[in-house]
Amino acid sequence: MKGLDEVVAAGEPWMGVVHRGQSLRIVDLEGNQAVDTLFYNATDTAEHYSAQNTIQAQGRIYLTTGAALLSNRGNAMLRIEEDTCGRHDTLGGACSAESNTVRYALDKRSMHSCRDSFLLALANHPQTKEGELTKRDLPSNINFFMNVPVTPAGELRFADGISAAGRHVQLRALIDTLVLISNCPQLNNPCNAYNPTPIRVMTWDNA
Amino acid sequence: MLWEEEIPGGAHWSGVLRRGVVLRLTAGGNDANVAALFFSREQPLERYNMADTLKAQHIAHLTAGAVCYSDMGRILCSITADSCGWHDPLCGLTDAAMIAARYGATRFQEQRNRRYVSGRDAMLVELGKYGLNERDLVANINLFSKVVVDEAGALQLVTGHAKAGHYVDLRFEMDTIVALHAGPHPLATTTAYAPPAIRLQARRGSPPAADDPCRIRCPENARGYLNTERMYSS
Repeated sequence: MKGLDEVVAAGEPWMGVVHRGQSLRIVDLEGNQAVDTLFYNATDTAEHYSAQNTIQAQGRIYLTTGAALLSNRGNAMLRIEEDTCGRHDTLGGACSAESNTVRYALDKRSMHSCRDSFLLALANHPQTKEGELTKRDLPSNINFFMNVPVTPAGELRFADGISAAGRHVQLRALIDTLVLISNCPQLNNPCNAYNPTPIRVMTWDNA
Repeated sequence: MLWEEEIPGGAHWSGVLRRGVVLRLTAGGNDANVAALFFSREQPLERYNMADTLKAQHIAHLTAGAVCYSDMGRILCSITADSCGWHDPLCGLTDAAMIAARYGATRFQEQRNRRYVSGRDAMLVELGKYGLNERDLVANINLFSKVVVDEAGALQLVTGHAKAGHYVDLRFEMDTIVALHAGPHPLATTTAYAPPAIRLQARRGSPPAADDPCRIRCPENARGYLNTERMYSS
């Protein structure tokens, strides 16, 4: 199977398949870039990454090397095999036009958002444009490279990023997995250091 | 009082709660837990959203003053009273394998209605009554359960948190499909299956005033109410 090596510009979606046994690497090219990501079982897309299944099984909310990403059916879909960032977010979800009106101001509705990227990607992708995947299939996503600490008092913070230029996260696919990425366009909070930047996405076979 | 009903321990329930109705849930015993999900009655594709609820209010737990956001920037329900102090929005549901491993395998044939139903199966059954399925089974809330997160991100369920008689009031701001399961929390370590019953009491509430505690909790919530009121304006 041929590997992929693509640069995804800030604010663009990306979709692709990483086959069982292949590795997927996402590189934060310029640093502090949130990469909103969802995973689907490529042969049965009603099975997808589940934030709650994943954090419940590992007993912690952050993701790093060794973490198994579990599906809504409790199956391991991918495992993080390398991580030079150290912590990725499971709770912050994706920005949307509608949540931007709540979080920032009613007149932020027209700003670009991750959910708009997700919806456009699903509308255009050959495997999903017949409506196989819709807004109904957008559960809570992973934010690679994003730092969302929770305090023991139960507060949620959007903290400055702990990523930096060139850091990467690498996952091994345990099943054929459809990957949906929004390279986050958010300009209203520090998740992208107020400057969304490109990422690099690579896949390859392992011997 | 509009109506009153008890969910036996281990059982599941669903119903439609209209805008303006307050639903009180009361724990029938210590360490109660109720998995809860909310969907717009008008368009169930609009549904409770864990991430939007947490990040709009900068919280990782729910209590009085907090609201439950849909994915469309609107408020499905508000927590107007809470004698318990902390509800868990993070940890999700039990599944059948977990329930069997922890409490033993059961079947209707032997145990009848005392069989142990998992949170996932309970929700799939209730959602199915509205044409919804596992694609709609989004991240849920566990009412009455407290789970703290330490500096390293580790989750810990606090035992002894909910006491018999603790209650939480949900004021519905939209016509909402509510699905509930009075089953054990997924991080519970007890080996006996004995989830307490939950009392439901519905009453008519007052519309949220300009100085409503949930509305003025943060500027985000003020905008969430505006978005919700805009949809119901006519």
